[in-house]
Amino acid sequence: MREHRHLSNVATLAYDPDLCTGCGMCAEVCPHAIFSIEGKKARITDRDLCMECGACAKNCPFGAITVRPGVGCAWAILISEIKGREVPSCG
Amino acid sequence: MPETKTDQKKGPKLEEEGKSSQPSCECGPECCGWTSDKGKEASYFREAGHWIERRIEGPAGAIPVIRTKLSRQDILGKVKARFGIGRMNYKVRPGLYAVGKAAPDSPVLVSANYKLSFDSLRRELGSLDAWILVLDTTGINVWCAAGKGTFGTEELVHRIEVTGLSRVVSHRTVILPQLGAPGVAAHEVTKRTHFKVIYGPVRAADIKDFLAAGMKATPEMRLVRFRLRDRFVLTAMELTNPFKYLVIVTAVLWVLSFLGLRLFSWGALYPYLGAILIGGFFVPVLLPWIPGRAFAWKGWLLGMLWAAFANIHQGLLPPTQASWQQAAVHFLLLPAISGFLAMGFTGSSTYTSLSGVLKEMRYAMPAILASASIGIVFLAVVLIRGL
Repeated sequence: MREHRHLSNVATLAYDPDLCTGCGMCAEVCPHAIFSIEGKKARITDRDLCMECGACAKNCPFGAITVRPGVGCAWAILISEIKGREVPSCG
Repeated sequence: MPETKTDQKKGPKLEEEGKSSQPSCECGPECCGWTSDKGKEASYFREAGHWIERRIEGPAGAIPVIRTKLSRQDILGKVKARFGIGRMNYKVRPGLYAVGKAAPDSPVLVSANYKLSFDSLRRELGSLDAWILVLDTTGINVWCAAGKGTFGTEELVHRIEVTGLSRVVSHRTVILPQLGAPGVAAHEVTKRTHFKVIYGPVRAADIKDFLAAGMKATPEMRLVRFRLRDRFVLTAMELTNPFKYLVIVTAVLWVLSFLGLRLFSWGALYPYLGAILIGGFFVPVLLPWIPGRAFAWKGWLLGMLWAAFANIHQGLLPPTQASWQQAAVHFLLLPAISGFLAMGFTGSSTYTSLSGVLKEMRYAMPAILASASIGIVFLAVVLIRGL
């Protein structure tokens, strides 16, 4: 059990094992260590720890991972609402 | 590919935003301040002299050799940035820097041009010989800039080219902070520059061990943390803005008191001061120990306890005909304030996702607005009665 945990069952992380070659890039870049490489495939160990930073999807050379990357920041979301931005971002 | 699309979307938008003086955020472990971006005309860190030791010749102009000890000015600058003073303009010039006796076979470490990021890297390098490649992230830290795409594939490829890096070093490897990964596609960079991208540890403090182990990171080095002291440091920024507003409100009430409107009193104000402290300080610091998961909930819960305390302390509870409205004002406004501020700390946290915060806000925002609106109505009633 990790020290911090936000809401469950919300992450947009999706993974297609058929495209995975087990190169291990996702496991390397994930700041919450949610991927483990077992055999020649990556496995998502705890999806609820995903913070949707997008590092895994961006660095997967085989396009096996998709996620809607974004900032988990209430102020950014509020400001984006006010300014009518589609994707909340800082600034 | 959806990734590229997002990047293109982000690109021009960012430039636009850089020029605006709109509230600006700089995410990751230090997200979302409202500090405006004054004096945009790239005034890179002016007192550059004290951290640059000398300059050496490079293929694309002089390369500054930098010190690895932070000076008093560096530390003062860091404290100021933590309180949001000049934080959006605390930049170093992008480009190549040398550390120690950097040689063609020395490792290349990539960083952002936010001076706090740059400083936290260089002070860890001690007796090491290395190169630092500073990307132009518009003065924003690595993680936030990676999220925006400014610490990204394009900028890295561009910076490798304009600095003539391939003529400076004999190897073909660049080491990126792991938190830069959301913005950089390692395989793309390799395809375009023939430089291999290796993701180093999350924290600069682990760089030496990482290099000593032959550029291998331990699982611990790969994990982002959010410890008590990480959270403590960030509360300074959380409190700066709410306190600004509180000072303004207090000043206005104080002036009004000379005009005969007796709204200004310590008893009337301290509950609000406390609500701000709860949302901006106590919830961040006590975060994992407060029951529940949603930040707004944690703030609301402590705010409710605080309101109960304030009401008992002011003799408003148990309620009487004369006191119940004032008690209700506290119960409605204080948890709303602390809940709202606590919710804002999602941006500073290192573990909330966009989806998670959206969901939290879908429930919290209407509740906070309803509670605050009714609270303000009660407050108006109490104030009008007091006149």
